[in-house]
Amino acid sequence: MSLRSPIGLVRGLGSAKEGVSHWWSQRLTAIALVPLTLWFAAAIAGHVDADHAAMTAWMSSPITAALFILLIVATFYHAYLGLQVVIEDYVHSEGLKIASVILIKGACIVLALIGVLSVLTLLFEG
Amino acid sequence: MAEFALPANSKPKGGQTHPATGSGGNMKTFKVYRWNPDDEANPSVDTYQVDMDDCGPMVLDALIKIKNETDSTLTFRRSCREGVCGSCAMNIDGTNTLACTKYISDVDDEVKVYPLPHMPVVKDLVPDLTHVYAQYTSIEPWLKSSSTAPERERLQSPEEREKLDGLWECILCFCCSTSCPSYWWNGDRYLGPAILLQAYRWIADSRDEDAGNRLDDLEDPFRLYRCHTIMNCTRTCPKSLNPAKAIAEIKKLMVERKG
Repeated sequence: MSLRSPIGLVRGLGSAKEGVSHWWSQRLTAIALVPLTLWFAAAIAGHVDADHAAMTAWMSSPITAALFILLIVATFYHAYLGLQVVIEDYVHSEGLKIASVILIKGACIVLALIGVLSVLTLLFEG
Repeated sequence: MAEFALPANSKPKGGQTHPATGSGGNMKTFKVYRWNPDDEANPSVDTYQVDMDDCGPMVLDALIKIKNETDSTLTFRRSCREGVCGSCAMNIDGTNTLACTKYISDVDDEVKVYPLPHMPVVKDLVPDLTHVYAQYTSIEPWLKSSSTAPERERLQSPEEREKLDGLWECILCFCCSTSCPSYWWNGDRYLGPAILLQAYRWIADSRDEDAGNRLDDLEDPFRLYRCHTIMNCTRTCPKSLNPAKAIAEIKKLMVERKG
């Protein structure tokens, strides 16, 4: 129950003057993921019968490593942005909302880092 | 959390059956949502039989006939009865639309009539529009100009005027906003398709000089960016407008002014 005026409730704390970068980054990562995912699927399909040595040889090419890192970064940045929106949509308790957003963003950063470091390990150590 | 089910005291239970006054053979069944704020009872769904041989073609005609002849306690808003005032917006046969422009014959089986979804109900089919009207006020829906007022009207080229087509026709019935899941879950902060279409109507007006401030006020993760392009708004609009496109135009302008 609030006795604030309807327009007072609507104006609330005012506009955050933010959101366009978030929205634009989400679109750009989505577009980037179309060719990257196709490349990934095609490349993996092309290595179905490859043994460990052939895989590591392929992975130690800078082109493969660069595309892999772009794929990992775009995927987890897209998830980082998108999952935040899902939480904001459905979780309305302020404390739980902040906690889950931090947890999900942290998980995305950690997973992306593990992925990138794995690619670099294969690139430099074969 | 978002509400995926009605609270216990809002769940419709039972309901009366009202037989028709006429004795025609061409009867149509109407199931109408009822809720009375004066008792503690849950909402109910009442059943009315209406003689189609003695009734106009629109759902509003049937509601008026029920109120006149069968049950004077049935409460709903209506005014122009020709789709220009937006008063009789309600959920008919599962879709938000205007009762006055919805043909009864378009509904195959019994006609289910509910108030606009996810809005507080004042009584029966009358939703409380206080919050959406306050949201409309918040976008300052009037022409703002700081240049000296001309002696005659402010001129606009035919091309500039064309940009308002598809926007000026909005009658603020709120069929779109109340069909939007994002507005259901976050309507306290998200402005919803109706208000964003109206906001774009002023941003797109070549005579208005305040687009920058208008965009500043809209750039917010909730006010604007809760729109996830679900498109229910465009699908349900009884005036065949495209609020989703108006929102997309605002988002494009937001990107455009950044770089």
